[in-house]
Amino acid sequence: MSTEGKYVAAAYLVVFVVLLAYVLILALKLQRLGQEVAELVELAHKRREDREPDKAVAVG
Amino acid sequence: MRLPALAAITTGLMGAALALIFFYAPTDADQGFSQRIFYFHVPIALTSYACFGWGAWKALRYLRTRDERADLESYVAIHQGVIFGALTLITGSIWAKASWGVWWSWSENQLVLFLVLFLFYCAYFMLRFSVAPGPQRANLSAVYALFGVVLIPVSILAIRLSERFIHPVAFNEHGTNMAASQFFTFCVALVAMLALAATMYNVELAGKRLDARLRELREALQ
Repeated sequence: MSTEGKYVAAAYLVVFVVLLAYVLILALKLQRLGQEVAELVELAHKRREDREPDKAVAVG
Repeated sequence: MRLPALAAITTGLMGAALALIFFYAPTDADQGFSQRIFYFHVPIALTSYACFGWGAWKALRYLRTRDERADLESYVAIHQGVIFGALTLITGSIWAKASWGVWWSWSENQLVLFLVLFLFYCAYFMLRFSVAPGPQRANLSAVYALFGVVLIPVSILAIRLSERFIHPVAFNEHGTNMAASQFFTFCVALVAMLALAATMYNVELAGKRLDARLRELREALQ
C-alpha cells in the first residue's frame, strides 16, 4: 500500500474505531440498565410478598 | 421515525457512501488518493456544526419553556457534536500530514478556530458537571450552549477571512470546486453522516431517558 493509501486507511479506521468505542460504551450502559431493571423487579416482588401476608391477616 | 428504521437507513447510506468514495469518485488531480479523506472529514465537520446548532436550538427552547426534556436534548446534541468535533480534528490532522506534510498548522485560521470551538464545547461538560442537577445547572448549560453557537459561522467563514491559506476551499461564491461525481459522493457522505448523528442522538437520548425513569422507579420503590 502507498503512503497516501496508509493515511486514507488510518483516517477511515479512526472513524470506525471511535464509532465502535461509542457502541461499546452504549452496550455497557445497556447492560447496566438491564441489571438495574432486574434489581427493581426483584425489589417489587419482595415488596409484594411482604404485603401479601398482611392482606391475609386483614381478611381473616 | 422509529429508531430501528433510522439505523437501517443509516447503515445503507454509510455503505453507499463508502462504495462511492472508493469505487466511484475519481482520484483528485491535485491531491491524489489522500483527497478521499475529504469525503468523510468535511461531512463529519458539518455534522458537528449541525449538532452544536441543534444543541443551541434545544437550549433556547429550554430557556423559553423550562422543559427539562429540552435540556437533556441539548446536552446529548452537544455530546454528539464533541464526538464529531474530535473526529474532525483527527481526520483533518491525518489529511494534513498526507497533503501538507505536517500534522497541524497554527497559521491556519480555520483549523485554530475549529479547535477553539471544540475546546469551548469541551468546557461545556466541565461547567455542567460542576453544578448540582437542577434548574440552575440547566440554565447555565443552556446559556453556555447559546454562546457557543456564535462561534460556528465564524469557524465556517474563517477560511474567507484568511489572506494566506493552504486549507483547500471546496465551496466558494461560484459554486463547488469539484467534479459532479465528486460532489455527488460528497452529498451522499454528508447525508450518511447526518443520519448517523441522528441515530446516535436518538439512541443516547433513549438511554438517558430510560436511566432517568429507572431512577424515579427506584426512588418510588424504596
